[in-house]
Amino acid sequence: MSAVSGVREAFWDDPVKRAIALFIAMFVLIAITGVLQGGASILLISTQATAFALIALGLNIQWGYGGLFNFAVMGFLMAGGASTVFLSYPVNPAFWDSDGPMLLARALAAFLVGLGIVMLARRVDRIGIRGGVRTTLIVLAWLAAYILYRSQIDPAAAYIESTAGFVGGLGLNPLIGWAFGGLIAGLIALFIGRVSLGLRTDYLAIATIGMSEILRALIKNMDWLTRGTMTVSPVPWPMPLPQNLQQTGMSIPDSFLYARGGFLAIALLVLIVIFVMVQRAYGSPWGRMMRAIRDNHIAAGSMGKNVTGRQLELFIFGSILMGIGGAMLVSFSQIFDPSGYQPINHTFMIWVMVIVGGAGNNFGVVLGAFLIYFVWVLSDPLAQLIFLNLSQVTSSLGWGAIPEIDSRALQMRVFVLGVVITLALRYAPKGLLPEVIRRER
Amino acid sequence: VDELVFFINRVLISGTVLGCIYALGAIGVTLIFGILRFAHFAHGDMMTMGAFLAFVLAGAATALGIVTPLPTGFVVLPIAMVLAAGIALYLDKGFYAPLRRRGAKPVTLLIASIGVTLMLQGLIRLIFGSGTTSFFQTEPKEIFRIDVSALGATRPISITEPQVLMFIVTAILVLALHYFLTRSRLGKAMRAMADNADLAQVSGINTALVVRVTWLIAGALACVAGTMLALDVALMPDLAFNIVLPIFAAAIVGGLGHVYGAILGGFLIAFAETLAVFNWTALLRPMAGVLPEGWALPPNLALVPTEYKLTVAFVILVITLLARPTGIFKGASS
Repeated sequence: MSAVSGVREAFWDDPVKRAIALFIAMFVLIAITGVLQGGASILLISTQATAFALIALGLNIQWGYGGLFNFAVMGFLMAGGASTVFLSYPVNPAFWDSDGPMLLARALAAFLVGLGIVMLARRVDRIGIRGGVRTTLIVLAWLAAYILYRSQIDPAAAYIESTAGFVGGLGLNPLIGWAFGGLIAGLIALFIGRVSLGLRTDYLAIATIGMSEILRALIKNMDWLTRGTMTVSPVPWPMPLPQNLQQTGMSIPDSFLYARGGFLAIALLVLIVIFVMVQRAYGSPWGRMMRAIRDNHIAAGSMGKNVTGRQLELFIFGSILMGIGGAMLVSFSQIFDPSGYQPINHTFMIWVMVIVGGAGNNFGVVLGAFLIYFVWVLSDPLAQLIFLNLSQVTSSLGWGAIPEIDSRALQMRVFVLGVVITLALRYAPKGLLPEVIRRER
Repeated sequence: VDELVFFINRVLISGTVLGCIYALGAIGVTLIFGILRFAHFAHGDMMTMGAFLAFVLAGAATALGIVTPLPTGFVVLPIAMVLAAGIALYLDKGFYAPLRRRGAKPVTLLIASIGVTLMLQGLIRLIFGSGTTSFFQTEPKEIFRIDVSALGATRPISITEPQVLMFIVTAILVLALHYFLTRSRLGKAMRAMADNADLAQVSGINTALVVRVTWLIAGALACVAGTMLALDVALMPDLAFNIVLPIFAAAIVGGLGHVYGAILGGFLIAFAETLAVFNWTALLRPMAGVLPEGWALPPNLALVPTEYKLTVAFVILVITLLARPTGIFKGASS
C-alpha cells in the first residue's frame, strides 16, 4: 500500500511525467467536449482558448518571470482589439472624402503642441525656476494642453460622428492587424510602465487596474475612432469565412469546420512560435537575470542590474503578447464591442489561468489557459443541466420552477472560477505544474 | 440665486451622498490594509452583499406587515450590519486565515480576495438574478423641498429622505468609530497593530482578536455603504464592483491605513467627481450680461464629459500614486 503511494508520489514529483499526464488529461477533456458538443463548437472554444493561452503567456512573462502585478490585462486586450479593427476594417470613403482627416490632423497638432508645452514646463528648472513655482507651472501647462486639445478634438469628433459615423479602417490584412495590436499594446505598456513600475505589489495592482479602467472609458467613448457602444462588425478574417466557403459549394457544417480549423491552425502556429521564443528566453541568461530581479530586486540591483529598466522590458514584452491575443479574439469573433470587456472575463480569468497552471512555468500556463477556459465555457451548460433537474424536483414538490435559468446558469461560471482559484491557492499554491528551477550539480 | 440652488442640488447634496458612501467603504479598505497588509478587492462585493441582505430583510419586514415612518431599508440596517459583519468574519476564517497561517505573502492574500470577489459576485447573481431592483417598490421615496423663495429663488432645494438619513447615519458611525479608536482599549490595540504588528504582539496585544474586530467593523461598514448606495440609486449585482476602485482611490489618497485619511479621501474623490462633470455655465449665467461684446458662454463648460465621471477618480488615484504614494497622511507601505 505504502509502496504504491510512494510510487505515485515519485511520479507526481517528476515534472516531466506530471506535465505529460496533465496534458493528456487536457486533451481527453477537449476530445470529450468535442464528441458531446460537435466539431464546430470545439473548434470555436479551442481557438479562443489558444488566444487566451497567448495572453496568459504574456502575463506569465510579467508575473511569473518578473513578479510584476499587472491588473491591466483587460486594457491591453482592448487596445489590441481596437488596433486590429482600425487596421483591418474596410476603408470608410465617407470619412476620407470629408473634412474629417483635416480636423483630426489639427487635433493631432494640438496634441503635440500641448505635449510640447508640458515638456517645456517640466524643464523650467534649467532656467532656475524650482520648487513650488515649477510645480504650479507644470500644472498650468497640463491645463493649457488639455484645453487646447479639447478645443480641437471635440468639434472633430462631433463632425466625424455626424458625417461619416467613424473613421473606419485601413483595409489591410488582419495578420498585420494582429502585429499592430501588439505594437500599440506595447506602446501603451511603455507609458503605463514608465509611470507606475516604481510602485510595489498592492499599489501597482491598484494603479494598473485604474489605468485599464481609464483605457476602457476612452475606447468606449471615442465613438469617432471605435464606434464605441455601437460596436464594429464584421471584422474580417485572415482566411476565408464559412460564408465564403459556402459560396464555393461546400455544405454548411463542413464550411464551419474548415474555416474555423484554418483559423485555429494559424492561431496555434502563432502560439507555438511565440511559446518557443518565450521558453528559450526563460532558459537564457536574460531569463536568469529576470528571476534574480523577481526573487530579490535589491540584491540584483546591487549586482549592477538595472531593475526598473529590466522590469519595463518585461512589462512591454508581456503586454505585446496580450495585445496580439486580444486582436486575435476580436478578429475571430468578428465584432468589437467595448462594453463586452469586463475585468472578470478579461483580467481576473487570465490571472486564474496563470496561478492554476503554475506561474513561471510556460507549459503550466498554457495548460492552465486551456483548462480554465474549458471549465469557464462548460460551467454554463453544466449549471443549466443541474438547474433544470433541480427545477423539476422543486416543481414536483409544489414549490414552483426556478425562474430565469438561462441567465442564472451563465453566472455560475463566475462562481466556479472563484472556487477554482481559491482551491488552487489553498492546495496547490504553486500551480498544477510548478516552476522548475534547474540547478547545476 | 437660482443658480446657487442648482449648484446645491447638483453638487453639494449629491457630492456629500457619494462622499458618505466612499468614506464608509474606504474606512473598511484602509483598516484591513492597516492590520492585514493587503488590498482587499472583495470589499465592493461585501458592499453589494450587505445591500442585498438589507433588501431581503426589508422585504421580510414588509411581508410581516411592519410599517414605520422611516424607509424600511434603514430600519433593518442594524440587523443587516450584524449579519454582514458575521459573514465577513467567516470569509476571513474560510479564505484568508488559512493562507495567513501558512505564512503566505500579502500578494497571495490579494489574489485570494479576487477569488472571494468572483465567488461572492457569482453567488449574488445566481440568487438574485442580474436585473435591477429597488428598495422603493412598495413605499414611496419621500422628497423634502426646502422653499427658498424668500431669497428670490424660483426652484426649491430638494433632498430625499434617504439622503438626509444617510448623512445622519454616516455622522453617527464615524463618531462612534472615532471614540472606539481613541478611547477603548481594543481600539488603541488596533491602532498599535496597524503601526507595528510585531511590536503589538510582543507587548501582549491579542492580535487574533484585533483581526476579528477589524473584519467585524469592515463588514458592518461595507454593509451600510452598500445599502446606502442601493437606497440612493438602485440595487443591482454589479453595483459595488464599479465603485470599489473609487473606494481604493479614496483610501490611497487619504493614505492607506489611516482611518481619518480615508474619510477625507472619500469626500475628496466624491466632490472631485461631481465638480468635474458639473456644467459651470449654469453657475456663470448671471455674468453673461457683464461679459464684453462678442464673448458668449459656451453651452457646456463641464471639465470632463459625463461619460468620464468615474475616470476622474482613477486619474486622481494615478496622480496621487505618482506624486505622493503615501497619500495625504503618511500611509503604511506594503
